[in-house]
Amino acid sequence: MNRHLISAADLSRDDALLVLDTAEEMAQVASRSVKKLPTLRGRTVVNLFYEDSTRTRISFEAAAKRLSADVINFSAKGSSVSKGESLKDTALTLEAMGADGVVIRHGASGAPHRLSSWVRGSVVNAGDGTHEHPTQALLDAFTMRRRLGELAGRRVTIVGDVLHSRVARSNVLLLATLGAEVTLVAPPTLFPVAVGTWPCEISYDLDAVLPKSDAVMMLRVQQERMNAAYFPTVREYSRRYGLDAERFARLPEHAIVMHPGPMNRGVEIAAEVADSVRSTIVEQVANGVSARMAVLYLLLGGSEPAIGKEVSP
Amino acid sequence: MNAAFRDPDPGGAAERTVDPDPRPKAVLEGPDIRRAMTRIAHEILERTKGGADVVLLGVQTRGVTLAARLAAALQEVEGRPFPWGSIDVTMYRDDLRMKPARALGRTEPPPEGVDDRVVVLVDDVLFSGRTVRAALDALGDLGRPRAVQLAVLVDRGHRELPIRADYVGKNLPTSMRETVRVLLAENDGRDEVLLGEEAR
Amino acid sequence: MTAYLITGARVLGGEPADLLLEDGVIAAVGRNLAAEGAERVDAAGLVALPGLVDLHTHLREPGREDAETVETGTRAAALGGYTAVHAMANTDPVADTAGVVEQVWRLGREAGYCDVHPVGAVTEGIRGEQLAELGAMADSAARVRVFSDDGHCVSDAVIMRRALEYVKAFDGVVAQHAQEPRLTEGAQLNEGEMSAALGLRGWPAVAEEAIIARDVLLAEHVGSRLHVCHVSTAGSVEIIRWAKSRGCQVTAEVTPHHLFLDDRRAAGYDPIFKVNPPLRTADDVAALRHALADGTVDCVATDHAPHPVEAKETEWAEAAMGMIGLETALSVVQEAMIETGLLDWAGVADRMSAAPARIGRLAGQGRPLAAGSPANLVLFDPSPRRPVDPAAMASKSRNTPYAGLTLPGRVVATFLRGRPTVLEGKLQ
Repeated sequence: MNRHLISAADLSRDDALLVLDTAEEMAQVASRSVKKLPTLRGRTVVNLFYEDSTRTRISFEAAAKRLSADVINFSAKGSSVSKGESLKDTALTLEAMGADGVVIRHGASGAPHRLSSWVRGSVVNAGDGTHEHPTQALLDAFTMRRRLGELAGRRVTIVGDVLHSRVARSNVLLLATLGAEVTLVAPPTLFPVAVGTWPCEISYDLDAVLPKSDAVMMLRVQQERMNAAYFPTVREYSRRYGLDAERFARLPEHAIVMHPGPMNRGVEIAAEVADSVRSTIVEQVANGVSARMAVLYLLLGGSEPAIGKEVSP
Repeated sequence: MNAAFRDPDPGGAAERTVDPDPRPKAVLEGPDIRRAMTRIAHEILERTKGGADVVLLGVQTRGVTLAARLAAALQEVEGRPFPWGSIDVTMYRDDLRMKPARALGRTEPPPEGVDDRVVVLVDDVLFSGRTVRAALDALGDLGRPRAVQLAVLVDRGHRELPIRADYVGKNLPTSMRETVRVLLAENDGRDEVLLGEEAR
Repeated sequence: MTAYLITGARVLGGEPADLLLEDGVIAAVGRNLAAEGAERVDAAGLVALPGLVDLHTHLREPGREDAETVETGTRAAALGGYTAVHAMANTDPVADTAGVVEQVWRLGREAGYCDVHPVGAVTEGIRGEQLAELGAMADSAARVRVFSDDGHCVSDAVIMRRALEYVKAFDGVVAQHAQEPRLTEGAQLNEGEMSAALGLRGWPAVAEEAIIARDVLLAEHVGSRLHVCHVSTAGSVEIIRWAKSRGCQVTAEVTPHHLFLDDRRAAGYDPIFKVNPPLRTADDVAALRHALADGTVDCVATDHAPHPVEAKETEWAEAAMGMIGLETALSVVQEAMIETGLLDWAGVADRMSAAPARIGRLAGQGRPLAAGSPANLVLFDPSPRRPVDPAAMASKSRNTPYAGLTLPGRVVATFLRGRPTVLEGKLQ
């Protein structure tokens, strides 16, 4: 059985630190005259994207190419059953092509989990439904560590649509593993009912939490939530849960502002906050490539993966 | 046959997790190692005509320690600091697929860079030559040195590639069955080179 | 017609006795019976129960004969010890006219493995808008008494009220699939810790409980019979207990899987565990077992829901809901209720035969194993434990959630009006 990265919970503390340390080395490569490593020469990485996400796809593509892997982009928009080939048949196709790693983005929670029981290669979850997005959490942790130092004991506030956010889920799990103290902030409608069982604090009051935060991560408000009665109006959401200049001023001096992108400027984050020197939003993009290089190297760079978890079919 | 012993693998952990031979023999001791490094420093200065453009790059892990010592020895003679740094060859190795994915060491060339410099690669043991081959590839991705030279504390023979050292602390004829372990105070608490018999 | 002398069977798990089956009825029950020319069936160590009655079976015919047919479904039923099943109405076309229910009824008679009683749809096309011709179905050859839009909830309170009132004319019962539709749009898994962790859209218990609460009040108000399909939450049990204490004519069923499996099974996203209503928490499972034991929940119904392989070999959200259950029901009930001491075999006979027959108004089913009763019975060996093998099942589909699990018991023989449909564990 092979090992995969499907949930941030698949990483032990040692695994997570190994990824972050490896990402640090990978980041150096970007500043060299030759931004490429021969490490994954002859390996094939398939980017299997069932959802449009240019940002994530090119990040994984750049990561794989910098490691000299052969990259095959396979975009299959729409649901697999209603619009053609089933996920299983696609998996068998990838298997026949000899994919060593499959990076999958899918609208259905659990699709990477299913895929892992049908392919021999390592599966990397690049976002599944409203479940998880572990490499986003890794790049966020990497960004925080570069700015703030070690994460143990650091206070991280994540604000927004926790209920539907795979970024929030993965961050809560990874940051808890790394010993950070996470507080989730959202209107009550945007928390899962069982959020109390998660390894974090929750709050409905952003202003109360901000002065105690070392990092604030703003989540994107999805268009479809705006019309589904999760909150009365976008304006009210923005007023109560948006990070505007006034709230920004209440953050401690050293605190950083993060966003996984793409942003709704003026909704969850004000433009001047997004563009401030304490915003890591652009850095997060660059760090995404380093973190994903680290994941691909540690999964595919040896006779067997150094991180991740086996999945029983 | 234990691959970790066939190849000194300075970056890998495997070498140090295997129990050493029950009766290893010390072939070099602290003062021998010190003298060897001093001699190599003098040879570098002689061969590079004062070492004006010399940059030392230690191969992870013990090569880095030796590079730092060499830089200090050079400074003692010349009275000026010598740039030195580290290079990790893990991602350039030709045996990556033979072991689980490994943790990486630091690659940190000195701020002066390596372009147009005379780079002296420093490693503890020269054996098959595969680590040096990987280091040459890694170095090529860092920049374009004017020349590359190789300094090693021990050359134990059995080359598998057309590679030779420019500076050798000690030539140590060995059989394939023997193991060579370099211990350095900074890494291991004491200075010693041990020759042992591979456990069967 | 061949007579059968069953010897040494533990009737309802009691002391060994012999049963003589002649001319479709139980001719005698007693010790050391003798009968010239009767075929002897050695039932030493076997438990004799009245033939099981399922109030909730999806036979898929007409329309989805790739998943199940009346013939394959009733073969599975006979192997599970059933002598009567109620075929749910959500076929294609929907069983919402006398024509369709008679077709299903006739297919059941032709197959001959067990009685097939079609359930009629409550509303045309199970769309929840317009009452189907309930009276015509009741008067048809199929004599429909149970009406259900199963798969869909009759969510409109006025339509539900009218249906409850209307079926009183022929002593019918409305079997409600209690699922508030707005609260369950896109729902995937019981809303709780598991759905939150797995990122699957939550299916709140309240969506079931709110409808049951409304419907028991409606049934009380109009003085009609209500049956609640596949009760799955502890809260539903409380509401039904309260309604019964007020004298409402409400009955309820629980599926074997809700008595045995909880939502932690979804951890691997294997849609074999995707079902409607969803698997709930371990606390719900415990509450359902106790409710079945104390009679708050009247009976076990399988909600046998066959699906072809491709409907389950997919992403969770894309997968069809449902699991097959006819061939494993008695074993699961033994594990969940007998082995835990919550019910004895007489209790199982009531919950799996007498009670569902009473709710479905089936005169010839669920009768006591006594002289004069129709000879519908099952001989069950509770001693062996064996792994569940989907490949060995008679159902056309393989979507059993128990594959690979070890369950107790084995149906040795099933008799339908004196004729064996199963002998020595094999279909006749």
